[in-house]
Amino acid sequence: MVKDTIAAISTGMTNSGIGKVRMSGPDAVDIIHKIYKSPGGKKDISRAKSHTIHYGYIYDGEVLIDEVLVLLMRAPKSYTTEDMVEIDCHGGVVVMKKLLDTVIKYGARPAEPGEFTKRAFLNGRIDLTQAEAVIDVINSKSEMALSNSVRQLKGNILNKVKDIRKSIIGHIAFIEAAMDDPEHINADHFGEELKESVIEHIHSIEKLLASSDNGRMIKEGIKTVIVGKPNAGKSSLLNVLVGDERAIVTNVAGTTRDTLEEFIQINGIPLNIIDTAGIRDTEDIVEKIGVDKAKNFAEDADLVIYVVDGSTNLDDNDRAIIEMIKDKKVIVLINKIDLHLVTTKEMVEKEIRKPVIEISAKEEKGIDLLEKQLKDMFFGGDLSFNDEIYITNARQKAALNDALNSLKMVVQSIDDGMPEDFYSIDLMNCYDCLGSLIGESTGEDLIDTIFSDFCMGK
Amino acid sequence: MSYRYENYDVAVIGAGHAGCEAALASARLGLKTIVFTVSVESIALMPCNPNIGGSSKGHLVREIDALGGQMGKTIDATFIQSKMLNKSKGPAVHSLRAQADKSEYSKMMRHILENQENLTVKQAEIVEILVEEGKVTGVKTHTGGIYPCQCAVLATGTYLKARCLCGESIVYTGPNGLQPANSLSESLRNIGVELVRFKTGTPARIDKRTIDFSKMEEQFGDDEIVPFSFTTDPDDIQKPQVSCWLTYTNERTHEIIRNNLDRSPIYAGVIEGTGPRYCPSIEDKVVKFADKNRHQVFIEPEGNYTNEMYIGGMSSSLPEDVQYQMYRSVAGLENARIVRNGYAIEYDCIPATQLKPTLEFKKIEGLYSGGQFNGSSGYEEAAAQGLMAGINAALKILGKEQIVLKRSEAYIGVLIDDLVTKETKEPYRMMTSRAEYRLLLRQDNADQRLTPIGHQIGLIDDERYEKLLEKEKMIEDEIERVSHVMVGGNKTVQDLLESHESTPLKTAVSLAELIRRPELSYELLAPIDPERKKLPKAVIDQVDINIKYEGYITRQLKQVEQFKKLEDKKLPESINYDEIKGLRIEARQKLGAIQPASVGQASRIAGVTPADVSVLLIYMEQLRHKKV
Repeated sequence: MVKDTIAAISTGMTNSGIGKVRMSGPDAVDIIHKIYKSPGGKKDISRAKSHTIHYGYIYDGEVLIDEVLVLLMRAPKSYTTEDMVEIDCHGGVVVMKKLLDTVIKYGARPAEPGEFTKRAFLNGRIDLTQAEAVIDVINSKSEMALSNSVRQLKGNILNKVKDIRKSIIGHIAFIEAAMDDPEHINADHFGEELKESVIEHIHSIEKLLASSDNGRMIKEGIKTVIVGKPNAGKSSLLNVLVGDERAIVTNVAGTTRDTLEEFIQINGIPLNIIDTAGIRDTEDIVEKIGVDKAKNFAEDADLVIYVVDGSTNLDDNDRAIIEMIKDKKVIVLINKIDLHLVTTKEMVEKEIRKPVIEISAKEEKGIDLLEKQLKDMFFGGDLSFNDEIYITNARQKAALNDALNSLKMVVQSIDDGMPEDFYSIDLMNCYDCLGSLIGESTGEDLIDTIFSDFCMGK
Repeated sequence: MSYRYENYDVAVIGAGHAGCEAALASARLGLKTIVFTVSVESIALMPCNPNIGGSSKGHLVREIDALGGQMGKTIDATFIQSKMLNKSKGPAVHSLRAQADKSEYSKMMRHILENQENLTVKQAEIVEILVEEGKVTGVKTHTGGIYPCQCAVLATGTYLKARCLCGESIVYTGPNGLQPANSLSESLRNIGVELVRFKTGTPARIDKRTIDFSKMEEQFGDDEIVPFSFTTDPDDIQKPQVSCWLTYTNERTHEIIRNNLDRSPIYAGVIEGTGPRYCPSIEDKVVKFADKNRHQVFIEPEGNYTNEMYIGGMSSSLPEDVQYQMYRSVAGLENARIVRNGYAIEYDCIPATQLKPTLEFKKIEGLYSGGQFNGSSGYEEAAAQGLMAGINAALKILGKEQIVLKRSEAYIGVLIDDLVTKETKEPYRMMTSRAEYRLLLRQDNADQRLTPIGHQIGLIDDERYEKLLEKEKMIEDEIERVSHVMVGGNKTVQDLLESHESTPLKTAVSLAELIRRPELSYELLAPIDPERKKLPKAVIDQVDINIKYEGYITRQLKQVEQFKKLEDKKLPESINYDEIKGLRIEARQKLGAIQPASVGQASRIAGVTPADVSVLLIYMEQLRHKKV
């Protein structure tokens, strides 16, 4: 019944050990054949027996992606009963993403939430008593994927996609209105005008795709919020972290003022720091924006870094913050150890049962301790972030690629001198693809747009 | 006082476009059939626009014909102007439209009904559907006559509790002042049918002698007339045609309307029913598209033996005095005399989600319905549903499997699937944009798509079916031939290409390659293709289309393969969605209310997500294993 080949990263992102990318479907072996090279370069993996392991390299064309172990399982003796290939790589976020991108580029499709399990079940592989568990997997993953899909998209990208969709549905509505009521509405020579707009959208989507490749499209990483009362040293800390030569900084242009975010990797741990310093113009997040706003940030965060001003006494602001973050993963920093400390580690530990580290942001002291603490929490499994993000990102890219191809076909149809009604077929595909990207279904959009934009009928 | 009358297999209630097709299909399939109408004079009445077909509706008529229905044949015999719309566009949106001689159309349909074997025409208002243990047992007339039957088809159009409004004047009649059906609604509610109220409207008819056509643009029919029916020989219907005329409203017209909006029943809030957006009254157009300073008005003759002209584009329910001012403000209508006023009509109909895709009521066995009663609009939409309801009622009695056309097979499939799956908030009209596989559902290939099904049902005789097979063979052979005949770059070929501004050849190519070029066609290549046999035009058209649009067609065929997978997964009627763990509450409610026939249909219900569909698939798999 199932004809296409799906792929996903099947290990979590919490661990730097081995990462695994899985494929299932009729083209799985063919795809690995195209990208795998044995050390001697002679092994034909497509002829390998089922249940064999192969050491070698994954290449995208001439570009080496990683050194890997490939596990080959042929139908029906696999989890899904289809041909399956597992690629074990060196873990690490970047490599796994690249591997996933590569198998998709060579013909696999990003798996839907829970799709491996679903296939296993529908192919009779899983015991029927487990059906409910399968349903749970699909539901929980779908929910996550859906919220990810929209939430992870940055605001400006979401808006861009919405703008393109709006323009496209307008074009379709015009063409369709003209086809439906040719005596009222004339679409002759619409191609020229349409082409201009479509080419503009093609450029926009290409830009979005480019930004997805360097990880700028989605907010990936451990969502981290720095809190603390005024002048505690939040922005100094951020500057230190960002300026740290050990941290890789991807500064994102175009983000709006109030959601300015910094993406840092510290020792390979991706952090997505919500820069409350970014809204510092108003000076104090606790006082001016209010505890509520800070609460929102903190509630959503995977990790809170709480900066205490060691040169002043703990006050009501601090107590409000402590109350707010008591159930979160927190690292407490006592800043300004270069000055005379009036608030000590012991005093803070009494108030909040979390790891406390003394630092001086100004003199960059204690930062190594902070980094070690981060590392311990991450690899100890205390900190994690949703690995669905990567597959969501892959799905989003696939959707963008489909949208892009549809638009290219529109241009092709226009150049080939096809009649106007052909344009709307591919335009509609593009509209659907972009809809799936931002979690909006098509429904009656077209009919509604036709009737609201065009006066037609007897 | 009531008495039992003769037994029938099928009783059809209403003899409009849906009722006629239902009654004829049932009778032609050998079932003893009776069709009831409030007035024998109003059989196949066209109470609104005087034409059949048009964008996507033309497709429906073709499909009705391909399945063995009547509408196409009747309009071929009674049209007074014919036009293929969108001829400069792709073949998927070519649509045939004919102006009908309304009274001739109606007369001919009546003649066919009256002379159909197995069919009785009876003038009577049906006031009650008799149901025992959830199954139809008969129908009862206003005079107390009980007609026991196995199946009944409701095709009441706009007659149920109808109310016509023209300004402050409100009359409780059906269209054209005909007798309404006031009692049946109550009976339907009693047997558990949910009713809603829709509205629609029609413009005034104006005396031709009072129109100044010199101020209008003449609209001619096509030089070469294409018939609707695949059985009509095009040579037999080439004849002189009447013209339609085009004029426009203007700022003054709009001002008159705006000044009198408070007297419009719609804007005064007198009308509760929901009207169609695609068929707005002129009041609606002026209000909603206030920036437009003129709207098109088409003046269309209603027939050869009447002076009445239909004022297309100016449907209205404003009071008579305002209508006079308004119509007379239009160029060419300054001295117009109105024969019949425009009016709005409100009527009872059903949310068609109460129906199975076979058009049988889910809760009442043997009760079918079709046409405007199902919340659609338009003669063609009505006829298409009537045909399917009649066919399925007959098949049910014959103990055969009922027919549900897929969205990938026919516009009729799209129409019925939309009606029974989506919650329709206004009268539903067919549109080509509703058909996702429209490149495959062309009006030119309706016979290839549906005549085999019509033959299997029993409405298409062997002779017609054989002819279709012959035609298909000719198409296939010719495509094969032109794909293999190679032409080189000799002078004749290059000259021909040059004369059509086509790039000269560098290497030899097949004829098919040349046909694929937008500027060329099968026919244009005749001079360089001496071996070609003389083929019928219908065959040549298919060769052209199949070659020219092969890439697009192949893509849609692939999509259809995907689509069919879910469509073929049938959902049993006995499913209790509340018991399926993992379905979201909204999905449970929607699925429970609509009870889709297949997973495919379920996936199209608003509020059912892809995850819900996965859950359904897994549940079905569980069921299947339990049975084994």
